[in-house]
Amino acid sequence: MSLRVLGVTSFLALGLIGGTASAVALSEAAGRYAISANGSSIRFVIGKAGGGGLNGAFGRFSGSISIDGGDIGRSKVDITIYPDSVGTGQGRVDAFLKSDAVFDAANSRQITFRSTSVQRTGDNSAVVTGQLTARGRTSTEKFQAELHGLKNGQLRFHVSGKVLRSRYGMDVGTPIYSNIVDFEMNFAARRA
Amino acid sequence: MLRNTTTRYGWAAIVLHWLIGLIFIGQFVLGWAMVRIASQRTSFELIQLHKSFGFLLLGLVLIRIGWRLGNASPGLPEEVGAMERRAAPSVHLALYAAQLVVPLSGWALVSVSVLEIPSMPFNLFVMPNLPLGVSEQAENFWIFSHKWLAYAAIALVVLHILAAFRHHFWLRDVVLVRMISPFVANRAGKPE
Ligand code: HEM
Repeated sequence: MSLRVLGVTSFLALGLIGGTASAVALSEAAGRYAISANGSSIRFVIGKAGGGGLNGAFGRFSGSISIDGGDIGRSKVDITIYPDSVGTGQGRVDAFLKSDAVFDAANSRQITFRSTSVQRTGDNSAVVTGQLTARGRTSTEKFQAELHGLKNGQLRFHVSGKVLRSRYGMDVGTPIYSNIVDFEMNFAARRA
Repeated sequence: MLRNTTTRYGWAAIVLHWLIGLIFIGQFVLGWAMVRIASQRTSFELIQLHKSFGFLLLGLVLIRIGWRLGNASPGLPEEVGAMERRAAPSVHLALYAAQLVVPLSGWALVSVSVLEIPSMPFNLFVMPNLPLGVSEQAENFWIFSHKWLAYAAIALVVLHILAAFRHHFWLRDVVLVRMISPFVANRAGKPE
């Protein structure tokens, strides 16, 4: 998620670097944004042995993006996910994910991402690196972010990335279920 | 010594008998405990272990039934009464049926489960599901069947063990010891 946010930031930064028009866009984009639930989603897939995968999404999360008009690399992304809101369409799987087998949502209410760097990789793309913390464990993760638009003070971006769940003490079920969690996120953020 | 004769069991039948007996009783205890344990993680892992040993057992049972059909089997000692002479083969037939039907019903239940958790015996390979339709009702039906077939099978096992003890301690015949070693059967003075 954070990575995606960073990607958005990167998009903005890229726009600034691009030329006069971009520069205008950058100064326009600079500022603080809050991720809105409307138009945002955090989905994930975990591959299964023999094909197929377990699909899920987090229903509740919040976050902010600060775009530094002068130095995109100093932009910041902060995302908080509430694992209690995980949903897979199958109640027994949700209960399992929320239990201490996976998220331990009762004792570990939040999963957080704090960006540490944003690196442009293209006109509209960036890699966002940051610290992901879940169940008391912190690890560095990278996400690919792509800016899909800035209109009327609203940023839209898509973020994707792979996270190894074993790093967060959530490796239950491997190798039947892959250790790799594939994240696909869409964020809509409004100027705060 | 590998094959049976009309008066004693050979090593193949003896090893299969005790190996399957051990796994079957172990599976019953494991199955009973794993669905009553509080930790969802431990429960998940024990269920996968239960599935692994269940598939192993099914394979051993198929070998055992093949061996039984292609071999002589020792008759009951002459002193054994008419009622037991009639009861023993039916109980043995029911035990063979249980050894097939209990693991098969377990395989059916995971095959129709809406959770669609793949089976990976001992994490070695993906075991395909039985070609049965997935649904909540089918899952409930097979869980119910598996459970009660397992309970009925254990009742048969208890009857079987009591009968063996009766032979050994009451009738003092060779019936129990000839299932321990082909040599013991011979030492007991029964002709080869
Ligand atoms: C020797 C063979 C087996 C025995 C004796 C056995 C016995 C049992 C027992 C006693 C239970 C607990 C029932 C209860 O009290 O609720 C159980 C549950 C279960 N067994 Fe088996 N089982 C065998 C083979 C298998 C196999 C081959 C599979 C699958 C491949 C399997 C899958 C399961 C599952 C998934 C459950 C949990 C059902 C639930 O959700 O409540 N079992 N088994």
